[in-house]
Amino acid sequence: MAIVQQIVFIGTLTVAGFFIRQRVLRIRENIFLGKKKSIHDRRRERLKNMLLLAFGQKKMFKRPLPAILHFFIYIGFLVINLEVLEFVIDGILGTHRILAPYLGSIYPIATNVFEFLAFAVLTACVIFLVRRNVLKIPRFWSAEMTSWPRLDANLILTTEIALMCAIFTMNASDQILQTRSEHYVNTGVLFLSSYLMPILQQADTSTLIFIERFCWWFHIVGILGFTLYVTYSKHLHIFMAFLNTYYAKLEAKGHINNMPVVTNEVKTMLGLAPAAATPTEPGRFGAKDVVDLSWNNLLAAYSCTECGRCTSECPANLTGKKLSPRKIMMDTRDRLEEIGKSLDKKGKGANDGKFLLGDYISKEEINACTSCNACVEACPVMINPLEIILELRRYVAMEESGSPASWNAMFQNIETSFAPWKFSPADRFNWSKQE
Amino acid sequence: MNAPTVADLAAKGETPDVLFWVGCAGSFDDRAKRVTVAFVKILNAVGIKFAVLGTEEACTGDPARRAGNEFLFQMQAMNNIQVLNGYSIKKIVTACPHCFNTIKNEYPDLGGTYEVIHHATFLQQLINDGKIKLKEGGAFKGKKITYHDSCYLGRANNIYEAPREVLQALDADLVEMKRCRTTGLCCGAGGAQMFKEPEKGKKDINVERAEEALGTGATTIAVACPFCMTMMTDGVKNKEKEAEVKVKDLAELIAESL
Ligand code: SF4
Ligand code: SF4
Repeated sequence: MAIVQQIVFIGTLTVAGFFIRQRVLRIRENIFLGKKKSIHDRRRERLKNMLLLAFGQKKMFKRPLPAILHFFIYIGFLVINLEVLEFVIDGILGTHRILAPYLGSIYPIATNVFEFLAFAVLTACVIFLVRRNVLKIPRFWSAEMTSWPRLDANLILTTEIALMCAIFTMNASDQILQTRSEHYVNTGVLFLSSYLMPILQQADTSTLIFIERFCWWFHIVGILGFTLYVTYSKHLHIFMAFLNTYYAKLEAKGHINNMPVVTNEVKTMLGLAPAAATPTEPGRFGAKDVVDLSWNNLLAAYSCTECGRCTSECPANLTGKKLSPRKIMMDTRDRLEEIGKSLDKKGKGANDGKFLLGDYISKEEINACTSCNACVEACPVMINPLEIILELRRYVAMEESGSPASWNAMFQNIETSFAPWKFSPADRFNWSKQE
Repeated sequence: MNAPTVADLAAKGETPDVLFWVGCAGSFDDRAKRVTVAFVKILNAVGIKFAVLGTEEACTGDPARRAGNEFLFQMQAMNNIQVLNGYSIKKIVTACPHCFNTIKNEYPDLGGTYEVIHHATFLQQLINDGKIKLKEGGAFKGKKITYHDSCYLGRANNIYEAPREVLQALDADLVEMKRCRTTGLCCGAGGAQMFKEPEKGKKDINVERAEEALGTGATTIAVACPFCMTMMTDGVKNKEKEAEVKVKDLAELIAESL
């Protein structure tokens, strides 16, 4: 019997591992569909950002209540995964609580700590569900929070609750079985789950064994399934946040990335540099589709938690404009996933006639941005929606000459009178004649 | 008023200690011109050896870059850099956060590296060094003033305290809006919005912000940016409060209290 369980477990692990690996490779390939950009400088600062913001969750604490609840889930996730390690070893070797004899008196302490964390996770998830669905916190209900993003968030929270319940039930039945069979090693009193023991006490031993096993399988299969699910979900931020905070922009927020292709052309035009011998095909100016963005913008899209902190601070969105920085990130990711799916099917990929600009994001949205950086400041994982907005504007202005008419007039004024308004450059110094 | 040009100084074989970059708004916009004049008054009073570019100055290219026209931005930037480097300019002060940001953060990518300082920081330093002496019991003593953070000073360049310290030197009662410093609400003009009508929406951003500023009960709204000046002034007008509440630049407040 035990050997059957072992075989089934190893099989499950292999299948899950295969699909998870598939997805990881897909996401990696998708991110590198973006334009090359080398980000190898200032490693210390990058590491510091990763430690403070991803590991330390610094920016989350701007809003204390969700920060504390989120911190429970986050710590719970990190620590309870240590327990999963034992699950996996037990599963492969067909043992039961293999670490207990080795850890001695530490084992009950550790397991009790896991239980307390599990309880904290459970409580936090319940409160989060209430905040989302009963209190209807506005940022979870804005326009881009269509049925799938809302379902995604609720699925994650419910799954976590179910997984935690499984731990408690498993530990409770295990403790009863310890009094009935040698096979169940003594774990000492597990404080929280022992409260469930009276409910299970009546059950006969075989039922208890079934319950214990069921919960064990439920938990481990649940976690494997969850890991796979996460790769399709906004929950991917649990891994991506670390990468994104590391690779995030370090320059002052007001700085806009330079376009070296343009620099070369302008220098030639001004006679500051000789024309390139073989004119290189510059590709698109700015971005029309996700593949025109830098890889780190695409990484950012996979890191977005859809929390809406950016949108809730965006002056355009607050005054009823269509622009929502969160939607910019969600659209980028959705479009990238669409391309990835097509590539998986050996389809046309990015050449399917669809584009990020137009099919996902409209000009009305990008034109509403004041480049105020409120979204960048608000994002707990250092995502920069503004960079994407500006790349799209660059495409519209330079490839389509499709900017709003008043902007085209402004361009013309700068070109001819060196000021955004139509004044004569000769009058520029007239202010000094005042008084 | 004494505002020498760099060319004037060069003719005498001199260079300024600091170049005052006036900017397009400060040169052409009637309201912003008064700020330029106020700032020059302060420079004169303090006796700093400064100069302006006069008609040799041109748009930094900020609105072009933010509206997506990178070619135009770089043309402007490169021409300006040639002029600045030609005069061996080392230090620049400006009253416009957009010019400040562009010259400080973006010109280095194109070969223009200078010490750039915004007038809020500049004024704060002059006050701290005792070079600016304000009248005892000045006009703003005890008056409620609120400060509207410019995005291009604040979030873009982390300058939050300097303008506030300048206001405190006036002995004024500085009252903060709920959205201030890192969470300050934009006036609505940045990102080249100044040069077009807003997109469709429920409300104009500057009206939203003016309401918040008026809500503090302040009689003066202090700004440190010519675009914020326009937007906040229009917002206050929209609420028909222009008789009671004035929008003023830091330089004007200091110049009035000299
Ligand atoms: S930078 Fe643009 S998108 Fe971001 S908050 Fe400001 S207006 Fe909104
Ligand atoms: S971009 Fe950042 S702030 Fe905005 S929804 Fe995504 S994670 Fe939240």
